[in-house]
Amino acid sequence: MSILGTRVLRTEDPKFMTTGGVYTEDLVDERLTGAVYVTFARSPIAHARINGIDTSAVRDSDGVLAVFTAADVTDTATLRGMTRDINQEMTQTLLASDTVRYVGEPVAIVVTEQAYQGEDAADLIDVDYDPLPAVIDLHDAESDKTLLFPEAGSNTAVRYGPPQLDEHLFDDCEVVVSREIVNQRVAPAPMESRSAAAVWGEDGRLVAWIPNQGAQGTRAALAAMLKVSPDKVRIITPDVGGAFGAKFGADPEHALVAWTARRLGRPVRWSETRYENLMGMTHGRGQLQTVTIGGRRDGTVLAYRLEVLQDCGGYPRIGTLLPSLTLLMTPGTYAFAKVESAARSVVTTTTPMGAYRGAGRPEATAAVERAMDLFAAEIGMDPAEVRRRNLLPAFTEPRNNGFGALYDSGDYATALDRALEAAGYGRLRAEQVERRARGDVKALGIGIACYVEITGAGAESGDPHENATVEVHPDGSATILTGTSPHGQGHGTAWAMLASDELGIPVERITVRHGDTDLIPEGGGTGGSRSLQQGGAAVRQASQELLEVARDRAADELEVDARDLRFDVDRSAFTVAGVQQAAVSLADLAGKERLFVRAVFTAPGATFPFGAHVAVVEVDTETGKVELSRLIAVDDAGTILNPLLADGQRHGGIAQGAAQALLEEVVYDADGNPLTASFADYPFLSATEVPSFELVDMQTPTTYNPLGAKGIGEAGTIGATPAVQNAVVDAVSHLGVRHIDMPTSPQTVWRAIVSASEGNA
Amino acid sequence: MQITITVNGQSQTDDVEPRLLLVHYLREWRDLRAANIGCDTTSCGACTVLLDGQSVKSCTVLAVQADGHAVQTVESLAADDGELHPVQQAFRQEHGLQCGFCTPGMIMATVGLLSENPAPTEREVREALEGNYCRCTGYHNIVRAVLAAADAGSDGADAEAAPGIGGRA
Ligand code: FES
Ligand code: FES
Repeated sequence: MSILGTRVLRTEDPKFMTTGGVYTEDLVDERLTGAVYVTFARSPIAHARINGIDTSAVRDSDGVLAVFTAADVTDTATLRGMTRDINQEMTQTLLASDTVRYVGEPVAIVVTEQAYQGEDAADLIDVDYDPLPAVIDLHDAESDKTLLFPEAGSNTAVRYGPPQLDEHLFDDCEVVVSREIVNQRVAPAPMESRSAAAVWGEDGRLVAWIPNQGAQGTRAALAAMLKVSPDKVRIITPDVGGAFGAKFGADPEHALVAWTARRLGRPVRWSETRYENLMGMTHGRGQLQTVTIGGRRDGTVLAYRLEVLQDCGGYPRIGTLLPSLTLLMTPGTYAFAKVESAARSVVTTTTPMGAYRGAGRPEATAAVERAMDLFAAEIGMDPAEVRRRNLLPAFTEPRNNGFGALYDSGDYATALDRALEAAGYGRLRAEQVERRARGDVKALGIGIACYVEITGAGAESGDPHENATVEVHPDGSATILTGTSPHGQGHGTAWAMLASDELGIPVERITVRHGDTDLIPEGGGTGGSRSLQQGGAAVRQASQELLEVARDRAADELEVDARDLRFDVDRSAFTVAGVQQAAVSLADLAGKERLFVRAVFTAPGATFPFGAHVAVVEVDTETGKVELSRLIAVDDAGTILNPLLADGQRHGGIAQGAAQALLEEVVYDADGNPLTASFADYPFLSATEVPSFELVDMQTPTTYNPLGAKGIGEAGTIGATPAVQNAVVDAVSHLGVRHIDMPTSPQTVWRAIVSASEGNA
Repeated sequence: MQITITVNGQSQTDDVEPRLLLVHYLREWRDLRAANIGCDTTSCGACTVLLDGQSVKSCTVLAVQADGHAVQTVESLAADDGELHPVQQAFRQEHGLQCGFCTPGMIMATVGLLSENPAPTEREVREALEGNYCRCTGYHNIVRAVLAAADAGSDGADAEAAPGIGGRA
């Protein structure tokens, strides 16, 4: 029986539970003997000119070996927006040279003998700052009153969508609702902060250990910043303690560690504190959205418009271009007659924005799902019913969503029905009515979100693809090299399952290697929920091709026609039809000559997983406190390879989605000081704030890869965030509340209730 | 300062700076790097170990405060032949870990919890682990693992009696 689709326990686990993972900070490697430590002096001010930096005091400080400022780091690249349409005058030097644009921006490097000496020393650096006005509010940024980059002429980094919106879009509508929605800035906050270790060899090559999501992309980014050829850089990926989109590529700090190692001719290490992490690692989301939705009183939505104002933070990084993904998914699961959307990304004096689990798609779903509820409330119809009336009918042939996304297959109504049924939707509504009738202080809220998302979109050029190498060894074990980059997803187990299924080698005897660019020079890494559908498919393809190579060799070996050979998976050997004894195993063949195949799997395009989430909350109408009591999720990501791993991905994503809806937010004061730069202040989700989740199975295979798999990594944040938010609003809708921005903290909810009772819905 | 700490059953005397944190002592002086550092505000629990059988955040304890006491880290739980401790088994069985960064702390917090409350309810588990953050699992499978370990314990595989777990002070 095939092990595909079964609950195989992770082979990775014993190490993590006994000796612990070897994260970058844990590395013991002789190449790092005698390493010195980098600490970054960071800007304490959101926006200022730098008049001068005096480092004389620090040079005499305990253990200080060197201090560098922008004046020293002259041989590195100047960073610009990643695509040409982003204003190219918004430039960044690796260390701030004349202007700082967010609290936490690196201004100097302090190198010390011991790690602990760095912080005190960095405090002694005297920077003469000439403060400039902070720009925090997005409308303020948009107004260009204070320019972050005067040479750019505007704070707008880029615009997406049509230059002109259709003023007649809502002409045929009986009902039109419009409102501004905040999709707040959150911190990815992987449990492992950023880190690096670097050393240059006598051959002039850099070896750098960096926690990342794809060593090959990190090599490219690091080489570009250092202005060296990528073949001069070897990236090794140690165990990675979570990433969530924020460890793609490399940050200026990583390049500066490598630069320092070259400058000093010594190995150099760096690990940031959580305080630095919450200011220095890219943040996610950060959109101000205006949704307008119109239609008929019978529940038909005729037109929908989404306008996005994206916060880029102080410098245009990946977050600047994520609204293009939001626009791509504007209509979501719906068959609206007329849809339009436009976006504009503006710089502010805050931490730069990057990708965070879902990266642009949760924002699209949040907007349209909130809009659907606003419309339902306006016409007084059940939100489930409004959705049913507008969902795209089931389809099995690819269809264009009008914004450039080619949905591969979908059955959104079935997903919704299953979620509602599992939730007991009718009973929940009845209970809600009862509670309201008796004036219960604990109001019950039910929130729904339907979603479709894009996964495995692939590289900027060409069709999405990934490579894998499978090798069988003479002792009967096997090694897989993959271009994906697991950091908790369990590729070590999943890829082994795929090869085991083809080759008959037990999962425990298959080693999966990733994240060393000398060993695996090409690869797309792990992100955008691409790994199984491309990297896994490549493992399967390589295994199958390896069997064909082996079959020919076995035929020679046994002196029979290759067509008379059968591969006996249970014995991992070829046998001759009708001749019991004649057999040759893959291990035997590998003993005669190396037996390996490298394969590249190319997909015809991205896939579009979909689903529906239902959240149930209790809201204390006197205090505004929200308790998430249930979360029911239908996530159809095609065929499931290992339900253990797939469910784990769903749980994690759901929790992060619920965290955004309920409590997490990065906050700045008006002067641009971060108010949430520690775990004491950032309301990181804990075990007490979520329930156990109720997962409902639904698997509609895609035809885009032989595994039938779509991506599952980001479904949770996409579905759960609006489901929970909608539930909170629903709980207090009878009090006249129509909308509550995230996070739905007690204060926010309480204020919304009071404001509604005063007549301002 | 001279301190003598018994770590995972082995006593050792070292001369340390008074400000040295227990987590750094374990990582650098005793070469036990499973416990991780995830914050600087005693919030995340990635550094959780047992001090005289009680779970503590080792980033909040000075090495000198542990002088004369017994510390246990996750490295001590599995038997010498590699057989996993019931809590470790439960974490694997229930997929209670993904990236593994929170795991050593989470497992020690669980061992500490179950020694105080061998049959916790789901609510009690969630409350006991409130100070142990995990970004990957959404806590769902961690909670299941703890409950499963408690069940296994009540079936006779008592966590307290398992290899590597010392008695409480
Ligand atoms: S490192 Fe000890 S609580 Fe976070
Ligand atoms: S498993 Fe990654 S933080 Fe818990």
